[in-house]
Amino acid sequence: MVSLSSLTIACFIGIPLGTVLAIKRFYFRKTLLAVINSLMGLPPVLVGLIVYLYLSRSGPLGWLGILYSPTAMIIAQVILIAPIITALSNQIIEELHEDYRDLFLSLNAKPMQAVFAYIYDSRYSLLTVILAGFGRAISEVGAVIIVGGNIDHLTRVMTTAIALETSKGNLTLALGLGIILLIISLCISLLVMWIKSFSKRYSHV
Amino acid sequence: MSSIASTDHMFPIKVKNLSLEINKKILLNNLTCELTARGITVIMGPNGAGKSLFVRCLHGLSKPKNGTILYGKLPVGVATRGRQSMVFQSPKLLRRSVIENLRFVANLNKKNDQNLLELLKKTDLSLLKDQQVSTLSGGEKQRLSLARALVSNPEILFLDEATSSLDPRSVSIIENLMEEIKLKNVKIILITHDVNQAKRIADDIIFMNNGEIRETGLANDFFSNPQSQEARAFLKGDLII
Repeated sequence: MVSLSSLTIACFIGIPLGTVLAIKRFYFRKTLLAVINSLMGLPPVLVGLIVYLYLSRSGPLGWLGILYSPTAMIIAQVILIAPIITALSNQIIEELHEDYRDLFLSLNAKPMQAVFAYIYDSRYSLLTVILAGFGRAISEVGAVIIVGGNIDHLTRVMTTAIALETSKGNLTLALGLGIILLIISLCISLLVMWIKSFSKRYSHV
Repeated sequence: MSSIASTDHMFPIKVKNLSLEINKKILLNNLTCELTARGITVIMGPNGAGKSLFVRCLHGLSKPKNGTILYGKLPVGVATRGRQSMVFQSPKLLRRSVIENLRFVANLNKKNDQNLLELLKKTDLSLLKDQQVSTLSGGEKQRLSLARALVSNPEILFLDEATSSLDPRSVSIIENLMEEIKLKNVKIILITHDVNQAKRIADDIIFMNNGEIRETGLANDFFSNPQSQEARAFLKGDLII
């Protein structure tokens, strides 16, 4: 649920932002893209630490009282996933923009109509981006363990459970959980491959 | 396709001292001409003459450095573009089905779907209605581009080498459709390298070379007695670069 929630929020931020960055030209656009691209490799532990500092009692957002809660984990994951979804969707839409730019100008399409058309026409490719973001979310451990606290039945997810069981020396359980995570990741990869081949067949001019 | 209500405000098209340069290279140099409301104007000239750029400026896709273009009293902009359509040299189609491509323009122009099937029939695409554009041939894509250009009932239709590299059947369908819409008072501005095609359909000619207009006039006069040395060489098949 934590991963799905953070993925949904990251998509609502990342896909429109990536699209606007692909079709609009303005000062500092390239700088902004460079920053977003570099954020793709953001270390999860660092994100966890920064979110922790903001949400801890003495931090600027401490009054919210959400540290060690699923909400804090979602915030940390959104910070990690949103740049990935923004940067990858930007690349996809930019390619489409090469084809569509003159057409939309010729048709007097309004900016919002163009944005919706870009997103709709690259939906299969964007699905692979979303799944890539989901893969990152479910396999992430550093940030969620810091801001979630790995509390049983509250903020413990599969990755943090593996970390805990390993530290306890319960390697069999850790390995079992790891295999389940691996299978989930494998299923996601297969789904990405299938969608890619489907999109190649049906969406390219 | 319904006929056009009025062409009063868009004509004549007056181009005055139009210049365009990119990276300090002059691509259009001081173009001046006037186009009337009726018929098919064919823009001819060798590769690199500036024909496509000129049409892009006319349609408002490229911004000239100097000069003016007036449609009646209207300068080039959203208002004039809304009353025009353009078919590009390489078909620019949405990654959707054939009918969805037409429906997209119909929705933008708040037109109903009734004419779409008729347009598909005229461009011989009825059987491909639900097919993805990725599966169409080059000729089918270009015919779809033309059908889509006609959805908005334009007063002016630009065709940038729309029939180059197409098979004779596709060329024939497009030319017949051009003749048909010409009768409905749609002004057609066509770029072509095909001298025979220009002879078949042109009412008047603009001949360009090296970013300049070298000759304008009625098609019959141009083909029977070209005034410029370059036009004569072009018609003879001697390339001018």
